[in-house]
Amino acid sequence: MNKTRLVVVGNGMVGHQFLQSLADSGQLADFEVTVFCEEPRLAYDRVYLSSYFSGSTAEDLAMGKIEQYQEWGLNVLINEKVVEINKADHLVASDKGTTLSYDKLVMATGSYPFVPPVPGHDREHCLVYRTIEDLEAIKASAAKGKVGVVVGGGLLGLEAAKALRDLGLETHVVEFAPRLMAVQLDDMGGALLRSKIEALGVKVHVCKNTQQIVDGENCVHRMEFADGEVLETDLILFSAGIRPRDQLARESGLAVGERGGIVINNQCQTSDADIYAIGECALWDGRIFGLVAPGYTMAKVTVAQLTGGDSEFAGADMSTKLKLMGVDVCSIGDAQGRTPGAKNYTWLNEADGTYKKLVVSPDNKILLGAILVGDAEAYGTLLQYMLNEIQLPEFPESLILPSRNDDAQTGLGVAALPETAQICSCHDVSKGDIRQAVAGGCCSLGDVKGETKAGTGCGGCVPLLTSLVNHELEELGVEVSHDICEHFAYTRQDLYSLVRVGNIHSFEELMEKHGKGGKGCHICKPAVGSVLASCWNNYVLDSKHVKLQDTNDTFLANMQKDGTYSVVPRVPGGEITPDKLIAIGQVAKEYNLYTKITGGQRVDLFGARLEQLPDIWSKLIDAGFETGHAYGKSLRTVKSCVGSTWCRYGVDDSVGLAIELEDRYKGLRSPHKIKFAVSGCTRECAEAQSKDIGVIATENGWNLYVCGNGGMKPRHADLFATDLDKETLIKYIDRVLMFYIKTADRLQRTSVWMENLEGGLKYLQDVVINDSLGLGDELESQMAHVVETYECEWKKTVNDEQALKRFRQFVNSDKPDSNVVFVQERGQIRPAREEEKAEPIVMVG
Amino acid sequence: MTAAQEWIHICNLDDLVADSGICALVGERQVALFYIPEQKQVFAIDNYDPVGKANVLSRGLIGSAEEKLFVASPLYKERYCLESGECLDNDELVLDTWQTRIDGERLLLDPQPFNRVALKQAG
Repeated sequence: MNKTRLVVVGNGMVGHQFLQSLADSGQLADFEVTVFCEEPRLAYDRVYLSSYFSGSTAEDLAMGKIEQYQEWGLNVLINEKVVEINKADHLVASDKGTTLSYDKLVMATGSYPFVPPVPGHDREHCLVYRTIEDLEAIKASAAKGKVGVVVGGGLLGLEAAKALRDLGLETHVVEFAPRLMAVQLDDMGGALLRSKIEALGVKVHVCKNTQQIVDGENCVHRMEFADGEVLETDLILFSAGIRPRDQLARESGLAVGERGGIVINNQCQTSDADIYAIGECALWDGRIFGLVAPGYTMAKVTVAQLTGGDSEFAGADMSTKLKLMGVDVCSIGDAQGRTPGAKNYTWLNEADGTYKKLVVSPDNKILLGAILVGDAEAYGTLLQYMLNEIQLPEFPESLILPSRNDDAQTGLGVAALPETAQICSCHDVSKGDIRQAVAGGCCSLGDVKGETKAGTGCGGCVPLLTSLVNHELEELGVEVSHDICEHFAYTRQDLYSLVRVGNIHSFEELMEKHGKGGKGCHICKPAVGSVLASCWNNYVLDSKHVKLQDTNDTFLANMQKDGTYSVVPRVPGGEITPDKLIAIGQVAKEYNLYTKITGGQRVDLFGARLEQLPDIWSKLIDAGFETGHAYGKSLRTVKSCVGSTWCRYGVDDSVGLAIELEDRYKGLRSPHKIKFAVSGCTRECAEAQSKDIGVIATENGWNLYVCGNGGMKPRHADLFATDLDKETLIKYIDRVLMFYIKTADRLQRTSVWMENLEGGLKYLQDVVINDSLGLGDELESQMAHVVETYECEWKKTVNDEQALKRFRQFVNSDKPDSNVVFVQERGQIRPAREEEKAEPIVMVG
Repeated sequence: MTAAQEWIHICNLDDLVADSGICALVGERQVALFYIPEQKQVFAIDNYDPVGKANVLSRGLIGSAEEKLFVASPLYKERYCLESGECLDNDELVLDTWQTRIDGERLLLDPQPFNRVALKQAG
């Protein structure tokens, strides 16, 4: 069979989704696909565009990857625009002179920002907000000015305003309509949103009709409004809606709407049956869909049509849930109550800054629409009521009134949802799909996400998805257990709170008060040992605690495969004197240890026998060393570059800060190991962005990054706060670490903890920077306790007769373990392999 | 089975670590000793970890699973029943065990090892 020659014009989010769906369909092999991408880069996430100004890079936003496209066998033409479609001969021509025949053609040309044709709209520093190139222009422009105006107070306009604020401009929003988000909200919702946004320092001007833009007196521009008022600004960003990019279709003779948009039918075909149009360029039933989810649906419909399926586009729900500058805003269905006879229920709480409204049918039985501002919790439930026309409770207001006591929540039980209820709108996953996935063997939220993609788009459905998955598992008789092990019916977080609140100081006490009896096990004992150490910071080899420790903590060294240990003295910040280096060398030589430089800028000494550890440590302590905690779930190292002291490019003293941080947090026990790094400039030689806590010097102070990771699953750290003085930096690190210790799961690194934190980075910033939970002082004083009570465990151990008793191979003999055998390799020892042990060889060591 | 041998004095109770392990050399054998004060009992099993192939079991963590006391290997975490020597995570692994007795402050051990599987097979 000949392959179908398929040309895809446009590689935005919807164009990319089309290719992804085609690949997912498994029938890619039947097509010879050419993709024209007019922008200089492949598809990227425009929904999160404003994050470009808060640390995301073009790479972070990227959706289409060239390697992926090549693997799929697509012919991709970047920076090349289709300028002509010859329908009669089935040919396309590009601006670079490429001419191609096609059998089927898909137009995903998207939209462009509408710029009102007021005089002066084309002046310099008058920009739009749509592409990464636009963002770069905005950044360049913002660097020269102090004031920025966004024209348009809709969804995108407010996103753009956030971007300008993040760039440090005095920010104004100018809206033609009498309220913000005129399409999605009503007057009261718009007013509340306005007051919240103004509280964040953005000035809002409504009912403003811009007449012209001229030279300003104090700023670059002066905007003159119809009401006679004026506003001076250095930068103007137009975000007054979008218009479909239909010019190519128009010129090619395809039918377009009166006010723009390529006309499509339910199969997403244009007036030429071999040409499809999807996304914001398409006009279906007289409507343009300016959201990404309907575009994705069109992409899937088109794939189905091309591969012999019969699904059709049937319109899309335009309900939205967003966070605009940290304010939750939701709009569902007929939010403004335009349905004849519709009745409203409203609830306004100006003290808390929440507004909720229900629009119900005249008979009070069906939810037609809703608005939520300031509290989005009810969104999932309300959306399901509306989409599935589920009968409302007797008193519909119960759905939005706050519950002031422990009354049963009025949220819609997942059991009540019909099979067809759409749970995830981004990936169009229904309740039936989820049930099927669970019945098919998915046993956790993670499994279901992987199998169905539900919850992996905007994430808005995750709470609903979680309760559905748990419900389905329980229905199947699978107990959803979050217990740490058979001895405690609690998670690690629960145990931490129980220990703190109950002032519990031993494993026995915790078992007696909250456990199920027994001796505990290798899961709960080290976890409780770690929690007790995090809270009270007692000596880990105290007789009460010693039995809780894993062997590495018991012997304060790292067990290797042959039962010997490695020893790592602390070298704060990686700075070490020649005398100390020599001392390490002498100890290694004396005990014939294998030495290796670690990634954390210190020296690891391998092959120490259990009975040698105290002597080795006595010598290291005499030479001025402390334990490096390489064995503990605790702070390991603070890596640093050489910084401004020596480096030509250094901006600040990274080594000095690294030493200070390492000395502050050494010995801190936590759910997993913690690594830091400090770089003295943005060249980032210390690789701070791959660490749990990373600090980078800038001209204006320290930038703090959190929750990065190398290892098995690398994660780039998130930029947490910028331009900090040292005091604030330490305050934030104290809070982040203690909050991690308080809330993380057993053996959960900060990277996974962050990914699982509901609300993610923003939430953590709120807790730490804005002290949204009121925990700040508590977290700091808990950290202060740990810092004040630090002592070197090895210094204590070498002076503790009772503890030293355990550092013997045999209780009744001074012989060494005969099974520990070394051979020489590259001038040092290494453990003998089993077959080498069988041969009579000269033992060393 | 050979005739009962003399019980030998290994160490005193204060050499043991409550709810944790130490190791003794009995002839050529390494014996891991675990002291459980609430039962006033000392369990003795082979110190050699057959999976990790190293003498380390005395340095493992003690726990209980459905009443059974076990030690988890510090290398790869297999659990061995302190009483029977059986591996709870792999039916094919059974360690030798030894009988112990507390006599005042002294810990005594019968140097003749038992093996659950060998005993069963012997009837």
